[in-house]
Amino acid sequence: MNDLIKKLVEAYGPSGFEDNVRELIRPEIEPFADELLVDALGNLIAHKKGDGSGLKVMIAAHMDEIGVMVSHITKEGFLRFTNIGGVYPHTLLGNRVQFADGTIGVIGSDRITERGAVHPLEKHFIDVGAASRETCPVNVGDAAGFLRPFLAQGTRLSAKSMDDRIGCVIAIETLKRLSETPHEVYFVFSVQEEVGCRGAQVAANRLDPDVGIALDVTTTGDVPEARPMAVDLGKGPAIKVKDSGMIAHVGLVKIMRQRAEEANLPFQMEVLEAGTTDARSIQISNGGTAAGCISIPCRYVHSQSETVDANDVENSVNLLVEILSKPIVL
Amino acid sequence: MNELLKSLTEAVGVSGEEKEVRLLIRDLIADHVDEWHVDAMGNLLALKKGTGASDLRVLVDAHMDEVGLMVTEFDSNGTIRFSNVGGFDDRALLGKVVQVGPKKITGIIGARPIHLTTSSQRNSVVKADAMRIDIGAKTKDAASAQLKIGDKAAFVTEYEELGPTAIGKAFDDRAGCAALIELLRVEPYPFDLHAVFSVQEEVGLRGAMTAAYAVKPDAALVLECTPAYDLPNKDDVSPSVALGKGPSIYVMDRTAIQDPRLVSHITATAAENDIPFQIRRPGGGGTNTATIQRSRAGVPTATIAVPGRYAHTPAMMINLSDYANVVKLAEATLRSLAPNIIQHSS
Amino acid sequence: MDSFELLKTLTETAGPSGYEQEIASVVKEAWAPYVDSFSIDRVGNLMAVKEGRGDPPRPRILLAAHMDEIALMVSQIDQHEGNGFLRISRVGGVDKRHLYGQLVVVHGQRQLNGILGCLPGSMLPKERSSLPFDFEDLVVDVGLPIEEVEELVSIGDFVSFRQPLRKLQGRRVAGKALDNRASIASVAYCLEYLTQRAHDWDVVAVATAQEETALLGAFTSAHSQRPDLAIAIDVTFGKGPGATDPGTFELGDGPVLDLGPNVHPGMLQALRDAAAALEMGIGIGTHARASGTDAHGLQVAREGIPTGLISIPLRYMHTMVESVDLADVERSGRLMGEFIARLDGEFVANLTAGMMEDGE
Repeated sequence: MNDLIKKLVEAYGPSGFEDNVRELIRPEIEPFADELLVDALGNLIAHKKGDGSGLKVMIAAHMDEIGVMVSHITKEGFLRFTNIGGVYPHTLLGNRVQFADGTIGVIGSDRITERGAVHPLEKHFIDVGAASRETCPVNVGDAAGFLRPFLAQGTRLSAKSMDDRIGCVIAIETLKRLSETPHEVYFVFSVQEEVGCRGAQVAANRLDPDVGIALDVTTTGDVPEARPMAVDLGKGPAIKVKDSGMIAHVGLVKIMRQRAEEANLPFQMEVLEAGTTDARSIQISNGGTAAGCISIPCRYVHSQSETVDANDVENSVNLLVEILSKPIVL
Repeated sequence: MNELLKSLTEAVGVSGEEKEVRLLIRDLIADHVDEWHVDAMGNLLALKKGTGASDLRVLVDAHMDEVGLMVTEFDSNGTIRFSNVGGFDDRALLGKVVQVGPKKITGIIGARPIHLTTSSQRNSVVKADAMRIDIGAKTKDAASAQLKIGDKAAFVTEYEELGPTAIGKAFDDRAGCAALIELLRVEPYPFDLHAVFSVQEEVGLRGAMTAAYAVKPDAALVLECTPAYDLPNKDDVSPSVALGKGPSIYVMDRTAIQDPRLVSHITATAAENDIPFQIRRPGGGGTNTATIQRSRAGVPTATIAVPGRYAHTPAMMINLSDYANVVKLAEATLRSLAPNIIQHSS
Repeated sequence: MDSFELLKTLTETAGPSGYEQEIASVVKEAWAPYVDSFSIDRVGNLMAVKEGRGDPPRPRILLAAHMDEIALMVSQIDQHEGNGFLRISRVGGVDKRHLYGQLVVVHGQRQLNGILGCLPGSMLPKERSSLPFDFEDLVVDVGLPIEEVEELVSIGDFVSFRQPLRKLQGRRVAGKALDNRASIASVAYCLEYLTQRAHDWDVVAVATAQEETALLGAFTSAHSQRPDLAIAIDVTFGKGPGATDPGTFELGDGPVLDLGPNVHPGMLQALRDAAAALEMGIGIGTHARASGTDAHGLQVAREGIPTGLISIPLRYMHTMVESVDLADVERSGRLMGEFIARLDGEFVANLTAGMMEDGE
């Protein structure tokens, strides 16, 4: 799976500009989907038909990643920028970004007078090697993603955009392995999650599913001085009960848990203090949807070294296959 | 369900106004003692005559009073200002229900709703003087028709048992009172046992002072409920005592050094009888030992306590086996209390 | 109907946001005598229909009262010296300053009673010792050894507050979850009122789910029910200790009608007319932006729904000693009932026409 992961995490795809990622995913799923559709916002939707006895299930993994957008170009050719999604200032200085056309920039900051303090985002700039505004290859409004090669050390996988390309990988693998299902399953590779779960919202409006399951990363409590949280890397997929935007459907949580237990898959229960997923948008769509989320434990979320464990990824696929191959009675 | 603990903890007796508890205990012990009387402070003193084998006079104390609040003023909107009776952490008061005055009028202690607070307000402790008791009265007149200045308020918590543990208010020191009642219900001791159910411990160990003077004992035992802090804690610090690990034996606190000979006697008795016990972390708040041991020419005094979590809040928790072991240890200690234990060799 | 007994049952039943099955069945029982049918949807909204007397298809009005309450959730299981303790996270706008010393129920394999405890300030890290006890310091203590706790409790289990409803002076009562069970009771009064007053419109009474966390039930029930009109009923800030600002209301002085962008001006006017017909005193509340109630979710469903908002004044919102006056609960129910009884076939058309009229 590492080849696929590497291909997806290294791709360019800030929120709103997911075309590259979509074009990488499309050939992976085309042979396995009964129908494929790209909607008005750019969501890629793959339908896997069921035997008619089950429910309509929407699976959502978002293609977009956090990034930056150029807001001003100085006379000297430096780029001031704004954030796309939750970009933390302390992840910026010295990092590199890549624009859609391949232009690479490095991030510098205004003079630091107080060591130990972090400049706010607006005191950073991107240097693309331009000598002036006129010769700058980048325009105001251009979006960039971070640049960082994929790293695999044993089962630990680090990269930018693990959030949520790893969810995309799990969706792709599940679609490949799901031989038969009672359900009408729609795999939605969604757009614009990082800016407010917007892609999933319109996809859910279109599909009006009975059940929605997001595949996304969650933070862990297993690093030094972490915010206490009972999710560790490598201890299995996390079944979400609550995050700051949603309380998962209790019946669906129960089924997810039951499937994990039946199949002897490791799992953890997730109560997340901050952050939410596409499941929130799905839940509140239409007349309401039974929504839940399989979370992949991930360290350093929204940094350029988001780190997951390959076993958790594999077991997330296994869990989702278990859930989708069997009846869901809510 | 331990009915003794239930009835005692659910009774109301804020320091200075212990009558309800006093009457309850009087009824519970009257058939098991030879004499009882109430002194000028309100202490309930009872005598259980001994077999005559020993002429020691032994005092066993447990205090009847509990921490609470006192009505100090009525606001024009019918809410009530109060002050604390006994030591409180202000953080224990918000959002609690109290029973106020002799008619036990229900009152609540609320605060500005979270929706209307600023982040700095949410992150500051609301001080007790900014809180009000709300009994639902619409005006000052309506409130003062039901209550008068000086009326006491106590928390409202029903006693309940959760497996090995029990929740209730005022285990400090109704657990001690219950233990002392049990000690009065058994066979006579070798000596006369003077039971003192004392008043006003929480506001300065006052009741025990006059009771000890009147009883003039040779030795004394105080039965208490002592705070346990056995909660998860990042720092490696002593929890003082822990629930489920047996009676807690005082050695020293801020107010008194317990009589070392009695302490040794208690621990030896515990060991002999296979009763678990724990030495309470020295320091911290005191017990009636402080006044009893300094009564008249001095009295050898020791304290055995039931560990209780969340002292001075509406809901404490004790372990029921700790309580049973306090009764057992206190009885064994008393039965084997010989005069030589407290005699100084000269 | 004995409003104290009704509210006692309603408030003492647990119904944390997202875990409303138990309270839904209690609400169903409370409304059952007055309605024709019930259904429950896939996010847990309970919907009751009381049919009007007109020929079908009849216009319909949706009444939304949320049935969920603020609560806690087990986020970690901790231990000390062989005893189990639960760390918790909040469900909805819980005020941490009220938590220490409260009684709770943990909804595990079985229901476990417990206390919210904390180390004394002096034993906490210095920087937190004199602050309100925070979630990282508080524990739920169920008084059991760790083995038993691990067997009975799982991360993600809901924890609800435990406080019986009590009578205060006059007709005031205090307890937990009066936000928003007071409104659930009020809807019962409305439905009862409508058994005495003929009404042309169908009434869809919805006990909404997950209002405290997401206004979920309002968005979804308005979408699925497609009502012509909607009324949200919720609580508003009672005037009292710590809350004497403008926009707080005396308990017992009657329901509050809200105006602001979430409320259709024609709905407000019609509610005022109904109050006048009943000679009922009302307060007027204002929300310059969003009301933070189900009215927001109802208003924007599908093509948009003319929405009104009725509020019951309540002291100490989001605490375990919330307090209301029973008279306000009953009155707001009658007010809704009267409003509905007065609805005719032209109401919506007139409402829309009113938006185009010159002057006022």
